[in-house]
Amino acid sequence: MLYQLEGSHAIARTVALCRPGVVCAYPISPQTHILEGLEELIRGKKLENCEYLNVESEMGALSVAIGGEAAGVRSYTATSSQGLLYMIEAVYNASGLELPIVMTLGNRALGAPINIWNDHSDAMSARDAGWIMFFAETNQEAADLHILAFKVAEKVHCPVIVNVDGFILTHAYDRVDIPSQDKVDDFLPPYAPKASLDVNHPVAIGTMVPPEYFMEVRHLAHRKQEDSLAVIECTAHAFEKKFGRNSGGLLRRYGSPNADTVIVAMGSVAGTIKDAVDELNQEGGQFEELSIICYRPFPAEALRNSLKNAKRIIVVEKSLAVGIGGILSREVELTMKGCDVDVITVVAGLGGRNITKSMLKECFNKKSHEKITFLGLRNDIIGKQYVPINGDCC
Amino acid sequence: MSHLTIGNRLEKNVTAQSMYDRSNSLTSGHRACQGCGEALAARCILDAAYIATDGKVAVINATGCLEVFSCVYPENSWQIPWLHSLFGNAPAVATGVAAAFKRQGKENVRVIAQGGDGALADIGMGCLSGMFDRNDDVLCVCYDNQAYMNTGVQRSGATPAFSRTATTLPTGDYLGNDVQTGKNLPKIAMAHGIPYVATASVSNIHDLEKKVAKAIHLKGARYLHVHVPCPLGWGYPTSETIKVARLAVQCGLFPLFEAERGKVIKSTPINAPLKVEEYLKGQRRFAHLFGKNASSDALITLQNIADDNIREYALVGDPNE
Amino acid sequence: MFQVRIHGRGGQGVVTAAEMLSVAAFLEGKYAQAFPSFGSERMGAPVMAFCRISDKEIRLREPIMEPNAVIVQDSTVIDSADAFRGVVEKGFILVNSTNDIICNLKNVTLKCIGATEIALEHIGRPIPNAVLLGSFAGLTGILKLESVIEAIKTKFSGAIAEKNIHAARVAYDKTLGEA
Repeated sequence: MLYQLEGSHAIARTVALCRPGVVCAYPISPQTHILEGLEELIRGKKLENCEYLNVESEMGALSVAIGGEAAGVRSYTATSSQGLLYMIEAVYNASGLELPIVMTLGNRALGAPINIWNDHSDAMSARDAGWIMFFAETNQEAADLHILAFKVAEKVHCPVIVNVDGFILTHAYDRVDIPSQDKVDDFLPPYAPKASLDVNHPVAIGTMVPPEYFMEVRHLAHRKQEDSLAVIECTAHAFEKKFGRNSGGLLRRYGSPNADTVIVAMGSVAGTIKDAVDELNQEGGQFEELSIICYRPFPAEALRNSLKNAKRIIVVEKSLAVGIGGILSREVELTMKGCDVDVITVVAGLGGRNITKSMLKECFNKKSHEKITFLGLRNDIIGKQYVPINGDCC
Repeated sequence: MSHLTIGNRLEKNVTAQSMYDRSNSLTSGHRACQGCGEALAARCILDAAYIATDGKVAVINATGCLEVFSCVYPENSWQIPWLHSLFGNAPAVATGVAAAFKRQGKENVRVIAQGGDGALADIGMGCLSGMFDRNDDVLCVCYDNQAYMNTGVQRSGATPAFSRTATTLPTGDYLGNDVQTGKNLPKIAMAHGIPYVATASVSNIHDLEKKVAKAIHLKGARYLHVHVPCPLGWGYPTSETIKVARLAVQCGLFPLFEAERGKVIKSTPINAPLKVEEYLKGQRRFAHLFGKNASSDALITLQNIADDNIREYALVGDPNE
Repeated sequence: MFQVRIHGRGGQGVVTAAEMLSVAAFLEGKYAQAFPSFGSERMGAPVMAFCRISDKEIRLREPIMEPNAVIVQDSTVIDSADAFRGVVEKGFILVNSTNDIICNLKNVTLKCIGATEIALEHIGRPIPNAVLLGSFAGLTGILKLESVIEAIKTKFSGAIAEKNIHAARVAYDKTLGEA
C-alpha cells in the first residue's frame, strides 16, 4: 500500500515486516528515527515476538545483535558515522562469525571536525569489513533493500549494511509502497541458522584460528562474497517478480545507451544526476547514469560490461581517501584496466555540501578535468588557508 | 545423580568435581599453564551450572587466557555451547543470546558471560554496566587474576596496590602499582542494584559451587567475582594456587560475601585472620616489599586494606558475643 | 513541479508543515517530497523546510533555491534568512504577520495573515503551521483544503486535530475572502 512517509519510518515499517526477533538501539543522528520507529511498532504490538534493547553504546548494539543472531534469531540494528567507528571491531567480528545481521547505515560524515551531515565516509570506513553493502537511491529502494538484505544475508551467511543517505533520505517524506505482511513472509521465510548456540548440539563459535588455517578462512570469505554476486542479482529478480518493482541488484543504468560519458554514482545523488543527464541529452549530449547498488561484493564484471563502450567515466563520489583521492573511482579505474577510457574523480557533497543539478551539468559538460575535482569547492577559503609545506626535512 | 562415595565424604558435601559423571564443561587437553587458577575455577563454575540447570547453559567468553587456551582450531575443550566474540563485549553478546532465548521460549537455558578482570573491569566495563543497568537475564563471571595475563602480565584496573606487573615495575622509590587506584568491581556491580552479587575463591569450591547454583537460577543480572591466582603472573610455584588463594581470603584481602539488590547479606567468616605478609611473601609480584629494601609502610598500607575489609564485611565475629 | 520553501523558528512546526504539505499532495495522487534544512537547530533558531509537488516522480535532491511559494511562519527571520530569495515570477509569498511586509520582488503575490493570532484564538497555542497551510491552499489553489485537513489528521489527533482543522478553515476562508 502507498504511503507518504519519512524515509526512516518507511525503513522501520519494512524492517518490522521482516520480523526480526532482536532489535538493538543506540541513538545517533541521522539514523535515530529508524530505531524510534521500530520501538513504536514493537510497543504498539505491530511487531510481535521481538526483543527491543536500549543499549549503552554502538559497540553494545552490534554485540547484542551478534548474540541474538548466534542464538538463532534474526537480529537488526542501525547506526551512522562515529557510531560505526565505535562498533567497528564488532563489525569485523560479525562477518567473521558469518552472522547474517542486517544493519542500516544512515550515511554521515566522519569527524573531526564534527559534522552531522551526509556523505559516504562512514560506509567507506567499513568497505573491507566483509559485509555485503547496498546503497539506496530512493526511500522506496531504501525500504525494499532491507527485505532483500535479510534474504541475501541468510542465504549466504554474511551480514549486510544497507546504506541510506542521512537526512537526504532518512528525513525526507516521500511516497513509499509498504508491501503486505503476507508477501514479505512468502518472500522471506523464517531464519534457519547455519550453526547456533544449542544445548542439544553444543558447538564452539569464534575459536582462535592459527596460521595453518587462517588464510583459508579469508580465502573462503572472499569466494563467498564473489559467489554472492549471482545470489544478489537473482534475489533482485525474484523481488521484482514478487513485488512488481525493480529494487536492488548489482547496478542500474539510465539515459542514453552507449553514451560517450557515463556518470557512476552511489545513493541518492543518482536522482539529481538523472535529472541532469536528461537535460544534457535533450541539449544534444550523450550521457548515461550508472548507479552501483551493490558496492560489496564489488560487481566488477557487470560494471566492466556496462562501461565497455564508454569513452569517459565520471565517478561522482561522496567520500575522499585523504592522501590518495577517490575511493570508488580507484575501484572503477581498476575494473576498467586495459580499456581505452578516462576515469575522472569528482568528489562531491562532503559533510552535507549541496550537490545541485546545475553544478553537476557544468561539471559533466567540461571537456577536461583535473585529476580530482572537488565539486563546489570554495577556493576563497582554500586560497587563504592553504600554506604549502616546504620540502625540507626540518 | 548417581555417584561413587569415596572415603568418608558425606553425600551432601560432595562437589561436582568429585562426581564420576561430572560434565567436564571444560574438558582436559586444553593449553592452560600448570596450576592455572582460572581454568580450575571455570571448570568448577560451569560444571556446577551444568548440574544446576540439567545441562541447559550457554557461555559467552571474552577474549583472554581462558578463550585462548581452551580452543585453538581445530581443537576445542568446551563441551557446552560456547561463543567468543571480542575482548570488550561479552556481557552485551550474552544479552543478545538471552534475548534470543526468550524470543524462542528457551529461558530455561541459562546464559553466562565470562571473562577476566581486564575484559570486565577495563575494556568491557561499558557493556557490563549496560547489562546490569537493563537487568538482563545473564550471569556474569569475572575471573580476577588481577592483571592482563594473556598479554604478559600488564596492570589492569583490578591490579592490587604495590603489585609488580610488566607495566608497574618497582624501580627505585616506585614500589609497584599505586595505592588508591583501581576498581572494585563487586561494589560497582552492587551499585547497579542488581539481584545478586557474590565473591568467591577458587580455594573454597563448596562455597563457589553453592553461589553458582544459587545465582544461575535467579532472574535478571547477576555477578560473580572469583579470585583466581595466576602462578605465572604472580610468581609462585604452580602447586600452590589453592594455598595462595586461601591465604588471600584468610588475611582479609579478598573477602567472600553475597549481596542482594546492592546490600551485603552474608559474608564468610575468617575466625583467626592471618597477617597480610603470610599471603604476600610467597609471591614474586610483592617480593620487593620484603628483603633488604623492605618497605614496612607498604605492608602497613596493605594490612590496613585487609583490616578495613574485615570490619566492612564483618569477617571476624565479635569475640564477646 | 511546484516548489515550496518554509521559513520559521525551531519549535514552530516548520518541518511538520512541510511534511503535512507533502501528505496533502500525496492524498491528491501527486508525488511530493518534503525535507528539512538538515541541521542540529535548537528551539528558537531559524529553520527551513522544503516541499516539492509534482505529477511525476521527483528525483531531484537539491535544496529549493527557486521556490514557487515561500511560507514564512515567523516574520523576524525574513531578513536574516533572506526568506524571499529566489521566488520565481508569479510566485507566492505567505507571511505570518498582522503588519504589512515590504517585498521588492515584482510579479509576486504577497499575502500577510495573522496566523499566530488565529492559532491562539482557535487552538490555544501559538503554533501557526496548520493555519498557514489552510491559508496556503486558499492563496495558491495548488491543493484542496480537504487534502490539507486530511494531512492535519495524520499529524494530530483528537481535540488538537479538530482545533487545528478549524483554524485552518478560518484561515482558508479569510484568505479567499480577502483575495
